[in-house]
Amino acid sequence: MRVGLGLRNRRAVPWPAVPCLAVQEFRRAVIDATGAGGRVVSLFGLPDGPRETRLVAILADDARGELDALSARVSLGYPALTPECPQTHLFEREIAEQCGVVPEGHPWLKPVRRHPPDHLPPGVAPRPFDREAYPFFRIAGDELHEVGVGPVHAGVIEPGHFRFQAHGEEVLFLEIVLGYQHRGVERLLESEPAARGVLIAESIAGDSVIGHVEAWCGALEALARVRKSPRAQAVRGCALELERLASHLGDVGAIAGDIAYAPAAATLGRLRGECLNLLMLLSGNRFGRGLVRPGGVAFDVPDDMAAASVARLERVRAEFDRAADDFFANDSVQGRLDGVGVLTASGCADLGLVGPTARACAVPRDVRTDHPWGVYRYAHIPTATAQAGDASARAVVRQLEIIRSLEFLIEQLPALPRGAPRAALPDRLAPDELTVALVEGWRGEIAHVVVTDATGGIRRWKVTDPSFHNWSALAAAMPGGAISDFPLCNKSFNLSYAGHDL
Amino acid sequence: MLRRLWERLRHGADTLPYPGGTPGFPERFRGRPVLDPAGAGGPALDLGACLFSPDEATACPEGALRFTTEHRLASRTREGLVTATGELPSPAALQGRARRLFGRSLRLRSVVAGSCGGCEAELVALGNVVFDMARFGVQFVASPRHADGIVVTGTVNPNMRAALEKTYEAVPDPRLVIAVGACAIGGGPFRAGPEAGTGVPAGIPVDLYIPGCPPHPLTILDGLLRLLGRIEDGTRGPRG
Repeated sequence: MRVGLGLRNRRAVPWPAVPCLAVQEFRRAVIDATGAGGRVVSLFGLPDGPRETRLVAILADDARGELDALSARVSLGYPALTPECPQTHLFEREIAEQCGVVPEGHPWLKPVRRHPPDHLPPGVAPRPFDREAYPFFRIAGDELHEVGVGPVHAGVIEPGHFRFQAHGEEVLFLEIVLGYQHRGVERLLESEPAARGVLIAESIAGDSVIGHVEAWCGALEALARVRKSPRAQAVRGCALELERLASHLGDVGAIAGDIAYAPAAATLGRLRGECLNLLMLLSGNRFGRGLVRPGGVAFDVPDDMAAASVARLERVRAEFDRAADDFFANDSVQGRLDGVGVLTASGCADLGLVGPTARACAVPRDVRTDHPWGVYRYAHIPTATAQAGDASARAVVRQLEIIRSLEFLIEQLPALPRGAPRAALPDRLAPDELTVALVEGWRGEIAHVVVTDATGGIRRWKVTDPSFHNWSALAAAMPGGAISDFPLCNKSFNLSYAGHDL
Repeated sequence: MLRRLWERLRHGADTLPYPGGTPGFPERFRGRPVLDPAGAGGPALDLGACLFSPDEATACPEGALRFTTEHRLASRTREGLVTATGELPSPAALQGRARRLFGRSLRLRSVVAGSCGGCEAELVALGNVVFDMARFGVQFVASPRHADGIVVTGTVNPNMRAALEKTYEAVPDPRLVIAVGACAIGGGPFRAGPEAGTGVPAGIPVDLYIPGCPPHPLTILDGLLRLLGRIEDGTRGPRG
């Protein structure tokens, strides 16, 4: 039974209509909903008067395509949800760090990004803060050893710290400490004018430019009641699929590189570049920066550009098919990928995982299907799943998604509907509203939740990158595995540090 | 096995003929911006602050700023990125001992310090078969002790500042510092935020600035090769 206010992807609702429950009722509602198969899209705090924080939960009923918004007012602390609802574990740590509210009884209450509170309610003095303090978990024992890696890594890799408790080769425990890429994205989105906000949105995660700017624009468009033309929606869908295509090709290539299968690594790396070059043809930038703007797209796709793109995509398809046949049919490739970093479907449900990581454990979550928006309401892309939950399954899901994104692009580009590329956006947003904009980025669900104030200004801009959900999956997949498998296992998830750290 | 070898032969070489060939950027590519009419006395353009976004052109009076497809952007100095005329001097090559040491072999350590990951994606792309930076003797290495210099990306935020300083200290002299992207040069889109930095701090002297958000792989490669004296030609005019 739903207790919150029902809404759909990219529909704005009046903020006062979001139920404000007693904290025990709020807890019960979240725990019951997730126990019945629901998923936590976001859980965050916003200052709500002197010394008070409003907790807001956005829950998803994926089977029905519905979202649920509910809230509770808390002061300095509240009984943590995590012991009964593990999906909320990182959200509650984030609330403690951002708002200074303590989820009492949280079993793992450590910093998330190591910064002073940036959403503290008025009248609350911040606690003393030490950027360097981090209480590492440690297993004691004469034959055990500890391995620390990062934040500066051996290649060109974003910063993060991984600490292993190991017995010989066997990993007993992996602790992942992030926050090194923290730039204060949410506060900037709340305080900077929209003209700069769009550039910040494009820089939340530099390999998911289209995904995040699509969610950022989706939220603004819902709050401004702007309708995009079918043409703008189709071009945006094409850009998102090009981003997915490039990233998945790069990921399968990087997995091939990690297991020293050079022919596939070389070919797929080049094909990734070709897809980035197609984004550059459309937008002037290899990652699609500058293309997606509130109300539509800043660049139209003329017929000759569409035709040239399709011809290049046909060549990508032919080359990918040959490279993939060779890679996936190779026994030694399969032998190397099978059984590495296994996750189960129930573990996936417990942790609230998203994207190809979830789909590789046979959990068919996909925003494009479950909460469709824009062109995805008309052009359905089948959800790709695999069963094994290991590195091999994560590679296979990407292979299937590469094929389907190519099909989508080759079908859509020559048949773009008519319409203006961009509609004008009014100067003002609707006051006192809440909206949720979801996008299926290539890593999974990107969520931007926005609450406006009484004058239509931005009161809260909550960003949840798929990596925020999925870093826990890497930590869960390693124990029992060999420490030498870590690079491969890590690559099979390929999570974003910047997207997590914000 | 034979099939794979045949496939390889059939495919041929993929590496771009660079330098020397024409890279062929698409019409919409946003390379070096120019002011129209360019000239002394008018406003100056700072490529280190530029995010190469179409919004920057539309925010100016009609036609006052436009992006050319010129990809060569690097400078040896911060001031060199500020131009009133649209002209940009070619970065001077290393001389003497530094040139002899690094000219044909440069090992770099990457420090990512509060970025979005975009510049890093282009640095990684330099290692693929298309750009193949290693053919010039430029490589990323796994230890600062093995490095001749560091490549800094990101705003150098409070959470990474100490790690950057320690890495810099660990690189033996003589060492180079290369700032890649708008964030490392001046904070990029995040420069207003208290949790972001404003680029490589004053205590770490920068030898080469490569603007962009992110810079195209060839922009990075052009800057590196000019620093090493592997490309030498004159200034780059506003029309490229």
